[in-house]
Amino acid sequence: MMKNGVAIDALTVVRGGNTVLDDVTLEIPAGQVTGLLGPSGCGKSTLMRTVVGVQRITSGTVTVFGEAAGSAALRSRIGYVTQAPSVYDDLTVAENLEFFASVLGVPKARVDSCLALVDLTSYADRVVARLSGGQRSRVSLAVALLGEPQLIVLDEPTVGLDPVLRQDLWQTFHRLADDGAAVFVSSHVMDEANRCDRLVLMREGRVIADDTPSALLASTGADDIESAFLDLVGGAA
Amino acid sequence: MNARITFAVARRVLIQLRRDRRTLAMLIVLPCVIMTLLWWMFTDRPGPGFSALAPALLALIPFIVMFLVTSVTTLRERTSGTLERLLAMPMGKGDFLLGYAIAFGVVAAIQSALAVAVSTWFLDLNVAGPVWVLMVVAVADAVLGSALGLFVSAFAQTEFQAVQFMPALVIPQILLCGLFVHRDELPGFLHGVSDVLPLSYAVDAMNAVTGSTDPAVLGDLSVIVGFALAALVLGALTLRRRTA
Repeated sequence: MMKNGVAIDALTVVRGGNTVLDDVTLEIPAGQVTGLLGPSGCGKSTLMRTVVGVQRITSGTVTVFGEAAGSAALRSRIGYVTQAPSVYDDLTVAENLEFFASVLGVPKARVDSCLALVDLTSYADRVVARLSGGQRSRVSLAVALLGEPQLIVLDEPTVGLDPVLRQDLWQTFHRLADDGAAVFVSSHVMDEANRCDRLVLMREGRVIADDTPSALLASTGADDIESAFLDLVGGAA
Repeated sequence: MNARITFAVARRVLIQLRRDRRTLAMLIVLPCVIMTLLWWMFTDRPGPGFSALAPALLALIPFIVMFLVTSVTTLRERTSGTLERLLAMPMGKGDFLLGYAIAFGVVAAIQSALAVAVSTWFLDLNVAGPVWVLMVVAVADAVLGSALGLFVSAFAQTEFQAVQFMPALVIPQILLCGLFVHRDELPGFLHGVSDVLPLSYAVDAMNAVTGSTDPAVLGDLSVIVGFALAALVLGALTLRRRTA
């Protein structure tokens, strides 16, 4: 039983007759950045949704900080960023954050610090609809960080961001992990894999590898994660 | 339920509306224009044409407008992922629903106040009963419209589908509410149907206020509020924290 992380045990999700997740067993420890990699459509988002507790599951268990995922006590302790930025287009950046801050019951000062964290301070009064795609996803990320969550679930947070900002965000993720949070990030860009403390590779609803990036490279003898992934897929086939 | 969260939702909905200038202008100006049009139609005709129809229209407008606005707005919350995000936060479903009801209730109060003011001051509508009761009924109608709109938004995947629920759920109520044929004069079966439609009670209440100095609207009003609450409860059932 993981008191300060996530434990997933024999998790299966069947949606419309398709097995989206197939007997997934996995741990996401606190204090680390765990990366979830795999081709698009392999079940990454569904797995993340089960951790947040918004996905109906068929069998198996998901335990977060010792409690069943989705239980009321967890709601203020999890920050969740979906692929599409879930913020209000017709509100300004600051209005969005202030609204979610009052829902979470966190002081208004958190709004400013979260804006700074995603580098949007100068856009605070801009209506979200008039921001670029990357800026919009950063607003969504800032909302997720408002409550100083102990588990941060990020579904492809760096899509469409420029390299400098991507670097900054990965530094932020590691800072949050260093402060003790469990950070769970998905990506379908394999070159982001090296930035994770641990890697979970998925394919067609199954976990095909779960290790540190260097151990993965060592065990497959590949030069980079992309080739390691291809090796593993070849081995599994 | 938590008052801080409920009012945060209401405040946010109002800020969103304020930013949408065109919608706001339509919400405020349109009812007045429609009342004026109705009055104009009857100016050259003898008899109480305008005064007979105006109360029903004052009941219909907030109901229809809020039905449309709410069904589209909540559908947007469902499809944009903000609803899922809110339900993953410490937000009660009641907070969400009540927040919307409060925000649209406020808008409906302003909307109806203007429509009633225009009708009574400029368009010689005689309100025998107290004008504030007229307002209360209008707000109840608006909340009812919101509650129904919220409920049907669960059954629509797109905004196109959402607006189609208007003719499906609202037009039969308009036909049977007593506006075209007095409810007593409807064929027996349709009279029975009109007895279980909430808009019938809204129109009855409006007619009572305009027609009597001491209107007994409490019965009608409780039916409207009852329907609104039932729709809100059904709406709450459609807000799912876990989805497939």
